Amino acid sequence: MRAFSYERANDPAHAATRAAAVSGAKFIAGGTNLLDLMKLEIETPAHLIDVSGTGLERIEETADGGLRIGAFVSNTDLAADSRVRRDYPVLTRALVAGASGQLRNKATTGGNLLQRTRCPYFYDTAQPCNKRDPGAGCGALTEGAFSRQLGIIGTSDACIATHPSDMAVAMRALDASVETVTSTGATRRISLDEFHRLPGETPEIETVLDAGEMITAVTLPAPIGGRQAYQKVRDRASYAFALVSVALVRQPDGTGRVALGGVAPKPWRRADADAELPNGAHAVMAKLLAGARPTEENAFKVALAERTLAAMLAED
Amino acid sequence: MEFNRPAGQNLFDKARIVGKPHTRVDAPLKVTGTAPYAYERNDVVRSHLVGYPIGSEIAKGKITAIDAGAARKAPGVRVVITTLEIEPLGIWNYNVARLFGGNVVEHYQQAIAVVVADTFEQARAAAHLVNVTYEIDEDAEFDLDAAFARLEGTGEPSTNVGDFDAAFADAPVTLDEMYRTPSQTHAMMEPHASIVDWSDGGEMTVWTSNQMIEWNRQALATTFSIDPDTIRVESPYIGGGFGGKLWLRADAVLAALGSRATGQPVKLALPRPFMMNNTTHRSATVQRIRLGATRDGKLTAIGHEAASHTLPGGRGENATAQTPYFYAGENRRVMHHLVDMHLPEASDMRAPGEASGLMALEIAMDEMAEKLGIDPVEFRILNDTQVNPSKPSVPFSERHFVECLRRGAEKFGWADRNMTPGGRREGQWLIGHGMAGAYRGNLTLPSGARARLSDGKLIIETDMTDIGTGSYTIIAETAAETMGLSMDAVEVRLGNSAWPVSSGSGGQFGASSSTAGVYAACLALRDEIAERIGAQEAEFRDGNVVAGNTATPLSEIDGELVGEDTMTFGKFHTEEYLMATFGAHFVEVGVHIGTGETRLRRMLAVCDSGRILNPVTARSQVLGGMVMGIGAALSEHLATDTGRGFFVNHDLAGYEVAVHADIPEQEVVFLDTLDPVATPLKSKGVGELGICGVAAAIANAAYNASGVRVRDYPITLDRMIDRLPAI
Repeated sequence: MRAFSYERANDPAHAATRAAAVSGAKFIAGGTNLLDLMKLEIETPAHLIDVSGTGLERIEETADGGLRIGAFVSNTDLAADSRVRRDYPVLTRALVAGASGQLRNKATTGGNLLQRTRCPYFYDTAQPCNKRDPGAGCGALTEGAFSRQLGIIGTSDACIATHPSDMAVAMRALDASVETVTSTGATRRISLDEFHRLPGETPEIETVLDAGEMITAVTLPAPIGGRQAYQKVRDRASYAFALVSVALVRQPDGTGRVALGGVAPKPWRRADADAELPNGAHAVMAKLLAGARPTEENAFKVALAERTLAAMLAED
Repeated sequence: MEFNRPAGQNLFDKARIVGKPHTRVDAPLKVTGTAPYAYERNDVVRSHLVGYPIGSEIAKGKITAIDAGAARKAPGVRVVITTLEIEPLGIWNYNVARLFGGNVVEHYQQAIAVVVADTFEQARAAAHLVNVTYEIDEDAEFDLDAAFARLEGTGEPSTNVGDFDAAFADAPVTLDEMYRTPSQTHAMMEPHASIVDWSDGGEMTVWTSNQMIEWNRQALATTFSIDPDTIRVESPYIGGGFGGKLWLRADAVLAALGSRATGQPVKLALPRPFMMNNTTHRSATVQRIRLGATRDGKLTAIGHEAASHTLPGGRGENATAQTPYFYAGENRRVMHHLVDMHLPEASDMRAPGEASGLMALEIAMDEMAEKLGIDPVEFRILNDTQVNPSKPSVPFSERHFVECLRRGAEKFGWADRNMTPGGRREGQWLIGHGMAGAYRGNLTLPSGARARLSDGKLIIETDMTDIGTGSYTIIAETAAETMGLSMDAVEVRLGNSAWPVSSGSGGQFGASSSTAGVYAACLALRDEIAERIGAQEAEFRDGNVVAGNTATPLSEIDGELVGEDTMTFGKFHTEEYLMATFGAHFVEVGVHIGTGETRLRRMLAVCDSGRILNPVTARSQVLGGMVMGIGAALSEHLATDTGRGFFVNHDLAGYEVAVHADIPEQEVVFLDTLDPVATPLKSKGVGELGICGVAAAIANAAYNASGVRVRDYPITLDRMIDRLPAI
C-alpha cells in the first residue's frame, strides 16, 4: 500500500469538488474492495476522501412512489429495509446472496456499484491486464489461461472481466437510476443501464462518472409488483461470486423482466429479451445472449443461464 | 523401549481415561484468543522487525537483475536481501525447490527477495518498489494429460501380480475409464509464519508454525550449513497444516536471513495470495483404471496407471497408493508416472496418495457394480481380503472393512434408496445416494517424551505438535492413565526442540506414535518412582503408587523424578503384517435440475482405526476430513494456467473450500476395534482416513441423483449442464 493523505468530507458537493481538485484522489466509503486493492497496489490513490460522514445513509420515499437509497446505506440495512423487502424483494434476495454478513455490514450502495472485477488476472500484478495496466494485454485471453469465471457477452478483445455485483443486477431489473453530484456542485441522474461502460478498447474506464463526480443515491421507481426472484448459481453454497445469476420480475400475465449477473462487464438486460419472457427461457436467452463470445472454458454459461431461468419459470 | 510384538492385555484395556470423551485441554486458550501462535509471540519477542517476501513472476528461467535501490531508500526499511546476493542455500531431504539463493527460478512465486522494515506496512510498500528482470525459459510443459498419453504403458510397474493383460482380456465384465483430479492446496487457516532471532549469527531461535519440529530443525541446519544444536524451534500452537507445514518453508528462511542481516528478530508471514504458488500443494492426477470381473462379481483383474506432476526430484501424488492392497484379485498391475513440471512444488496433503486414488478407484467400483448389477456395498464385500492381495503371505493386522460397510449401510438406510439414476425428484432437486470405501495406510514413527513428577503434578515434555488435532488432550489422557493420575494433575508441553524428539504430526501417524512415546516415558518414570520407594513392583492408581499394602500419594514424593524414553517400533510391524485403516462413507446429495449445482444433504462415515483414544477429538478429525472431501468433490481446484505455468486462483476467494452452508448433517461411527499390532494403546490413525473416499461417495451420489457420470473433479455444474434431464 502506498502512502496517501486522508480527509473526511461532510458534504457531498464539497467532496466532489475536492476529489476533482486533488491529484490522485479517490472516495472511500465502506472500503471492502478499495482497501484490498490498495494493499495489492492495484489501486494507488494519493489521497482518500472519506465520504462516510456525508449524511447519505437514509432510505427515503420519493414523490413518485419509489425509493431513494442514500449512497452510504449499507448492504445489510438495505436488504433489511421493510419497504425493500415488501416492494422490491428481488433486491433483498440479491443483496443477501452477496458476500458475507460482515462484508455486507461495511459495504455501501454506492461502493457496491463501483467495485472492481474479481478477474484473477486483474488481481495478480505479475500478470498482464488491460484494465489495471492499459495496453499490457489481457492475461485471461492468452492460450492456456483460466477464464471459467469470466464474461461471455459485452466483452472485448481487450477485456473479458465481469462486474461482480449481485445488488446491481437486481437494481437493473428494477430500472434503477444513479444520482450524482459533480465537481461543480451540479447534480445529475444516470440510468443504471448507462452507468457502467463496456470495455471496448478502454477497459480501465468502467463508468460514465466524470472526474470527482460522486454517487449520492440510487433511486428505484415505484414498485412494479409481480413475482420477484433472484437465483445465484455458484460452485459452493455461499461466499462465492456468481457463475451466472438471474434477477426475474414476472407479472401474472407472463410478461416481465430478466437481468443477468456473472456474464458481462455490467448487469445484463435487454428490452427485446424481456419481451420474449412469455415465450420462455430459450426465447429470452436467444435475444439476451445474442452475439455472446464465450471462451472454451466458460461456454457453459450460455446453457446455464437458460436452464436457470427455465427452472425459475417452472417454479411458478 | 521397542515395541517388538503385538500388545497383550495391558492397562489401556481397563482404561479410566483413554478412550473416553474429553474436551480439549487447550480449548480455553483457543476460545479466549490467548493460545500463542507463531506470528503473535509478543510474550517472548518484544522488539522485532517485519519481513515481506517477494516471489518470482515467471515459472522457469533465470533472474538477470534485481533493482532494489528504491526499496532500500523507502521509509523504515532496514534491509533488502535479494536471491542474487546469496549463494544457493542447502536443500534438506524432503524439500525439492531451493528455498532461496542463486539466480535460478524453478516455479512461480519462488522467493527471490525479502524486505525487512520497522513495520509490516513499510515492508510491504517497499516490496512493490523492487524491479526484477528475468530471462524466461520457454521450454516448459504444463499439460499432465499430454504427459500421461506419452508415458502410458512405459516403465516398470510398482506392483505386477499374475497376468493382468490376460485376465482383463478374459474377464466377462470389464471397465476401462479415465479419471482426473485437480491440484489442491491445503488452505489452512493460519498462513506459514515465523519469528526468527538470529541476531548475532550464532544461536538461532525460531518461533514458527510447523508440524515436524525435528525435521524443521534439521532442515534449517542444512539450509544454512550450521550445527543443529545451535537451533531451537518452538511451535506450540498451529492453526492447521494438512501437510503444508511438514516442511521448512520460505517464511522461516527469509526471517532468518533478515535477522542475521539486521541483528534483530524478524517476523514474517507468507501473504495468502503468495502462499498457494510459493508453498507446496497436492499434485493433479490423471488415472486410467481397468477392472475385470466374473459375472458373479469377483474381481479378477485390477489395473491402475496414474500420473502426477512434480518439480524434478519430487514425489508428486501417487494415486495408486491403495490399489495393491484394498481389494482382492489375483491379477493386478499398478504404475505411477512422475512427470517433471515447473509448477510449484507438489508434496503431501492430507492422505497423500489415497485421497486422490480413491477419488477415482471408488467411482470405478461404483461403475463396475452397476455393470454387474450388484449392489455397490455387496460388491465391495465380495472383494474383501484379509491378506495383502499382492503378497498373500502377509495378513492385515486388523481389517474390519466389511463391518464398516454393513454398519454404514444399515445405519444410513442404504437399502431404501432409489436404484434408478435420475429417478427421485423433490421439487427442483434430484436426490441421490452414494457410497465409497475408505482405505489409508497406517504408519508409526519413533516418538520420545519426558515425564517429570513434582509435588504430585506431572509434566509431559515432547516436541510433538498439536495442529488442531487434539494432541495435547490425548497425551494428557495417556499420561494420566499410565500414572494413575487425574487429567488436571497433568500438564502437557509440546512443540519445542528442547524436548525429546517425537513422531511429529503428519501421515496420520501422530496420535498413535506420540501417545506410545508418552506411555514409554511414563513407564520410565514409574520405574524411577518404584525405585524411590524401594518397591520391586508397584501399581499406580488414584494418585498413589501402591506397593504391597502400602499406598503412597505421588504428591508426597520429594523433589522431582524424571522418566524419559522413546518408543520405537520393531520390524514385525512392516515385515509380518500389513497395517491400515478402513472406512465406509455414505452420502445423500441433491443435484439441482436446472443449474446442476450439487449440494450435500447428509453424510455418514463408519471408521475402523483400532482404539479411539478420544471420541471427541477423533470425531472432529473425521468431520474435518469429510468437510475437506466435500471441497475436493465439488469445488476445490487449483486452476493451472498452462501457458504461463502457475496456479491462477491463488487466494481464498478464487480457491473455493467448502463453507458452512455446504455442510449438512454429518455422523461418524467408530467401530469398537483394537489393533494390538499398532502400538501398546492398540490405536491407529484416523485424521486422514476421514477424507479418503468421501469425494467418490459424493460423485457416486451425484450420478445416482442425476444420471450424469462425471469422472473429472471437481464435479462442477459445467461438467453436467449439457447432460441434465429436462426441467
